[in-house]
Amino acid sequence: MARRSLPEINSASMADIAFMLLIFFLVATTMDSDKGIFRVLPPYIDKPVQDDPIKVLDKNLFVVLINKDDRLMVEKKPIHPDELRKACKDFLINMNNDENDKVYPEYKEETIAGLGTVKVTKGIVSIQNDRGTSYDKYIEIQNEIVAAYNEVKDEYSIKYFRKPFKELNEDQQKAIKLLIPQRISEAEPKNIGGK
Amino acid sequence: MAKIRKGGKKVAPAISTASLPDIVFMLLFFFMVSTTMRESTLLVKKPRLPKGTELTKLEKKSLVSNIYVAQPTVELQAVFGNQPVIQLNESIEDVSKIGRFVQLEREARNPNDRDFLTMNLKVDSKTKMGIITDIKMELRKANALKLNYSALPRGAKH
Repeated sequence: MARRSLPEINSASMADIAFMLLIFFLVATTMDSDKGIFRVLPPYIDKPVQDDPIKVLDKNLFVVLINKDDRLMVEKKPIHPDELRKACKDFLINMNNDENDKVYPEYKEETIAGLGTVKVTKGIVSIQNDRGTSYDKYIEIQNEIVAAYNEVKDEYSIKYFRKPFKELNEDQQKAIKLLIPQRISEAEPKNIGGK
Repeated sequence: MAKIRKGGKKVAPAISTASLPDIVFMLLFFFMVSTTMRESTLLVKKPRLPKGTELTKLEKKSLVSNIYVAQPTVELQAVFGNQPVIQLNESIEDVSKIGRFVQLEREARNPNDRDFLTMNLKVDSKTKMGIITDIKMELRKANALKLNYSALPRGAKH
């Protein structure tokens, strides 16, 4: 018996089907990739456990104030937003345990796997905004501070591993993160400017 | 040394459309992969997100809940005024409803993943910080501590 050859399936309509699907996805698509600045909020405490809050030495704090007119004050001096990154970086890199020095934060000696015993800054960046501050400015300031941290991370990465932070492996990244922990504190906003 | 043409008119061969489905499928897959379905209809004006350079990408879209803060749409301004308001899911709500919203969003997730729920704040850049501060306070009370300030990479349009 001769084999019957199967008739070829007509694939002309394949394109139509595919087009239909394509158009559906085109219509239903929004291509926004969600990017942003990630933060973890401090947990809510109903009543403060201790009466006076934990004391942080004045020189360990890098205080950034933003008022209702979006003006910036850093360490009690008015400053232009463009200079913030440099000032913040300066604060994060320099450190000493000299009590007479009032500018740069203290450090703690820690042993980190892969780096040995190193000096880790005790510096904390504190941001305080007004209720009248604009969201745009607030994000800009947050962005500048994260940028300062990232630049310091990169500098340390090159110093210890001769590579920028992004190219390090996971363990190395962990070590650098321990070396320069991102400490950003946000105080309760004041309501001077009103809503 | 010209070639001698034989015969009269030459008929152009039909263009083969056999590869058309392949091309379309390629496009289709691209859009399927890059698609996120439109989540909810906006009752507020599309927020003009602030811009930044040091942004991180949000992982795991299924564990993200959106909170919109912007002016109500023109039609709804008669009801809600023109000050920025908060949209949770499909309705405009008061700040005090955020606790409940967080709870509902948590319950909709797999119990193992509940701790990883991230709140994505899509806030218009002209908003004042007062309302954001209130939202943050409510989120802290609801113990939803992972927060993402949605922003666009600097240089991007919109």
